[in-house]
Amino acid sequence: MRFMVLVKASEETEAGVMPAEADLAAMGRYNEELVKAGVLLAGEGLHPSSNGLRIAFDGDQRTVIDGPFAETKELLAGFWLLEVGSREEIIEWVKRAPMESGELEIRQVFTEEDFGDAFTPELREQEARLRAQVEEQQGS
Amino acid sequence: MTATQAHRAVEAVWRIESARVVAGLARLVRDVGLAEELAQDALVAALEQWPAEGVPRNPGAWLMAAGRNRAIDLIRRDENYRRKLAEVGRTLETEHEPDLAAALDEDIQDDLLRLVFTACHPVLSTESRVALTLRLLGGLSTKEIARAFLVSEPTVAQRISRAKKTLTTAKVPFETPRGAERAARLSSVLEVVYLVFNEGYSATSGADWLRPELCAEALRLGRVLAGLAPAEAEVHGLVALMEIQASRNRARVGPDGSPVLLLEQDRARWDRLLIGRGLAALERAEQFGHPRGPYTVQAAIAACHARARTAEETDWIRIAAQYQALALLTPSPVVELNRAVALGMAFGPAAGLELVEQLSEVPALQNYHRLPSVKADLLARLGRHDEARTEFLRAAELTENAWERTLLLDRANPRPSI
Repeated sequence: MRFMVLVKASEETEAGVMPAEADLAAMGRYNEELVKAGVLLAGEGLHPSSNGLRIAFDGDQRTVIDGPFAETKELLAGFWLLEVGSREEIIEWVKRAPMESGELEIRQVFTEEDFGDAFTPELREQEARLRAQVEEQQGS
Repeated sequence: MTATQAHRAVEAVWRIESARVVAGLARLVRDVGLAEELAQDALVAALEQWPAEGVPRNPGAWLMAAGRNRAIDLIRRDENYRRKLAEVGRTLETEHEPDLAAALDEDIQDDLLRLVFTACHPVLSTESRVALTLRLLGGLSTKEIARAFLVSEPTVAQRISRAKKTLTTAKVPFETPRGAERAARLSSVLEVVYLVFNEGYSATSGADWLRPELCAEALRLGRVLAGLAPAEAEVHGLVALMEIQASRNRARVGPDGSPVLLLEQDRARWDRLLIGRGLAALERAEQFGHPRGPYTVQAAIAACHARARTAEETDWIRIAAQYQALALLTPSPVVELNRAVALGMAFGPAAGLELVEQLSEVPALQNYHRLPSVKADLLARLGRHDEARTEFLRAAELTENAWERTLLLDRANPRPSI
C-alpha cells in the first residue's frame, strides 16, 4: 500500500526560515531510518508559497495568481511517499517523525484496483493514453 | 482505542521492530532461535499491556527491554539456561540502559546483517532459509508465510523450529562472514530474497492477493539489504532487477486474468516510480561492481526493456550482448535460448534460428516448451509456416500452463484474418 504523507506549512516554512541544524539532523536520521526499513519511495520539500503560483479556471478563462497565499495551515511544505503493508503501519511510521508541533496528513495513493468496476476498459485506455502522453513530454 | 485496534497497532509495531529486536537479542544471547523466542515473549507482553496502557513512546526499546528481562528471568529460574547463558548473564545483569539504547541504534545495523547471514546459512535447506528469513527479517507470522507459499501452517512452523534447532546444533556463530566465504554466503542471501520475489511474481492472478504482497515483501527485504550492505554491488543489482520487474505488475495481467507478454504490455501502465528507482539502483551496482555479477546483468537486460517507450524501440542488440555476458557468468541453455530470441530480434530470424538449432541437441531442453515455441516464432517470421506449425503444436503439448497452451494453439492454427 502506498501512502503520501503531507507536511503542512507553518509560519516558519512560509517565511522561508531554514530549520535549525539539530532539527535537520533529526529529520536526516528519520529519513535514513525510513530508507533502511525499505519503506521510503520518495520525498521532497517545497519552497514557500511566496515562490509559488496558482492558475484559476473559469470556463475558458485562465488567471495566474502569484503567491504568497494566505491560508498558511492549508498549504504544503513537503511530502513523503511511503510503501508499507497496512494502514496501522503507516500510522506507526508517521508517529515517529521528529516533529515538535504542527500536523502531518496521511493520504492513501490510488491504484487502479481501487476504482473497481467503475474504472471501465474505456477509462483505463484513456488513462493509459494520458500517461503515455505525459511520458512522451517527460522523455528525451 | 478498541481491543482490535490496539491489537493491530501492536502488529504494525512488530512488523517495524521485530527484526531489530531479534537481532539485538541474538547479539546478547548468541542464539538466533532463543532470541526469536524471547522476542515472541516480548510480543505477548506487549499484546497484554499496550491495549490498556497505550503504545510506548519508543516501542522498539520497550520490546528489547522486555525480551532482555525475560532472558534474565530464564537464567535465574532454569538451571539449563543458567549454564548455557552463564557468560551472557553477566553481561545482561551489568548492562545499563544507555548501552541498551546504543545497542538499538549503532550496532543494530551490524546485528541485522548478522541475522540475515545466519537465517540464510547454507547448513539450512532452501525452504527453511526462506521461512526463517521471512519470519525473522520480515516479521511475518507462521500463518502469513503458510498462506503465501500455499502450504499448511504446521509445515511452516515445523520448518522454522527445525531450522532453529539446526543452527543451534551446528553451532552456527552469530556473525558476518569475512573474506572469500562472504561472497558465497551473500549469494545465498540474495538467492533467498529473489526466490521470495519470484514466488510472488509468478502468481499472476489478481485474486491471489497475498502473492503480490510477497513480491512487495521481497522488494522491501532487498531495499533493507541495500542499506545494510551498501558496498555490495550485487545487492543493488538484485534490487534493480526486482524494482524493474515489479514496475510491470499492473500491465502483466489482462482484464480477464490472462497473462500479457512483455512485448504486448501497455507500457503506460508500468510504474515509472519503480522504474526510476530500479535504474538508479542499477547505476549504483555498475559503479561498484567490476566485473558485473549475474543480478546486475539481468537488471541491465530488464532496464533495456524499461527504457524503451514502445516495444519497437527496444535495443535488442544491447540485450543480445547482455545475454552473452550473462551466459559467461552463469552458463545455462535457458540463457542461451533467451539470447537466441534477442539475436532474432536484433539481426533477423535467421540469426536466432541458427543458435536455436544448436540448442535442439541439448538434453536439458528436450522437454522445455519454450524451445519449440521460440523456434516456431522464428520459422514463422522466415515464412516457413508448415515447420512453424509443427513446432507450435509441440510447444503446446509440452507446456503445463493452460493460458500459454491456448496462445500456442492459436498461433499453430491462425484464424483467417478478415
